[in-house]
Amino acid sequence: MKFNRRQMLILLPAAAVAWKSVLAGTPEDSPNYRMSDHWWGMLIDVTKCIGCGNCVRACATENDVPDGHFRTWVERYHVTDEDMTEPQVISPNGGKDGFPMAQEDDKKYFFVPKMCNQCADSPCTQVCPVGATFVAPDGVVLVDQKYCLGCAYCVQACPYGCRYIHPQKDVADKCTLCYHRITQGLTTACCETCPTGARQLVDLKNPKDPIHEFLKTHNVQVLKPQMATGAKAFYNGLDGSVR
Amino acid sequence: MSVFKDAGHLFRFAGLFVLAFLIFLVVRHYVVPKSFGQYGHYRGAAMGEIAAHPVKFSGHDACEACHSDVAEKKNAGKHAHVNCEACHGALARRLPAPAEPAPDMLQKLVALAIPRPVADPPVVRHADDPSSVVPERPDTAVLCARCHAASAAKPKGFPQVVIAEHSNGLPCETCHQPHSPAIDAGGAK
Repeated sequence: MKFNRRQMLILLPAAAVAWKSVLAGTPEDSPNYRMSDHWWGMLIDVTKCIGCGNCVRACATENDVPDGHFRTWVERYHVTDEDMTEPQVISPNGGKDGFPMAQEDDKKYFFVPKMCNQCADSPCTQVCPVGATFVAPDGVVLVDQKYCLGCAYCVQACPYGCRYIHPQKDVADKCTLCYHRITQGLTTACCETCPTGARQLVDLKNPKDPIHEFLKTHNVQVLKPQMATGAKAFYNGLDGSVR
Repeated sequence: MSVFKDAGHLFRFAGLFVLAFLIFLVVRHYVVPKSFGQYGHYRGAAMGEIAAHPVKFSGHDACEACHSDVAEKKNAGKHAHVNCEACHGALARRLPAPAEPAPDMLQKLVALAIPRPVADPPVVRHADDPSSVVPERPDTAVLCARCHAASAAKPKGFPQVVIAEHSNGLPCETCHQPHSPAIDAGGAK
């Protein structure tokens, strides 16, 4: 095959563009993972949480979460018996370094781990003007960071305060439910490192998942149920003072 | 006499609209990513990109494949439900990229002409290469206290001690083997 100068001038840039896309490669696929087979959520057992902060540290390590921002955090509640609408809540550095010692008194103390509730009808995805955040077919709320403009509408819209603008990338960031792990058959980093089993990854589409029995036999609540977000972070033993 | 007499300007205008619409379709074809709308109003390929994030915690199954003796001991004791990396830390890590030999003139020219994406250094698991990713020996004074320091906020049934009164300053592993912490199981070897 012979090329004249004109054809060569057309072909070379085209070849360069093609070669670049070859070098860039394609994102890893998880061949054995079918999105339609799963509907992910999280079971958080407040009665088991000891406030050690393992989940917060593990999440930061696993997902390169910048300091001062949290995809998950732990709150400590201190509630008087008279007024449960005004609990004292602390979360120093998200609970990453643990909590100051709590002295026994006449009030109620407990820890509440917080994270993205992976809402099925999520307010954050509804307000995104460009389709950069979405509920994946397996029920995980994700952010397409290449498409996100960083307008922070979703940060305002999330009723649980689970999103932030990444200080370096200037795009919305949030818990992905360790999407890179659960698509490989691993559990999330927070569940992997929780020493008391206070967090459990659940798959509501798996009929063998113990979550079905658990939901049937326990008093389980979601956060802010009045907002009808379809939250899939189920809290066992949740106190009424938790917001 | 035709009804289209004197209507030429309308056809020209309609033609402009058709042309603008065609240009819109062509531009749209190039600016909207291929996978947009594959599953919904978002880029379907984004999920693959998010799933390509490197794993840092290998998971306890990877540990137990080799350290079955430790796993057996741990599973018989009180710490059966505490996974390995809860104490030992993440054991699949991104290692620093190995130093590459200095590029010669031809390679530099090629790099100028075709910019290559900078490849991230690979993630190595302790399970795959035990010598390159070595777990740190956790400091029990910090590690044990994180969970077992007494606090009124912890569940009542959870074993807690007032650290200052409990051990007279002795390290925890003098009496408690972390993998099986009951006192009759003996201290760490």
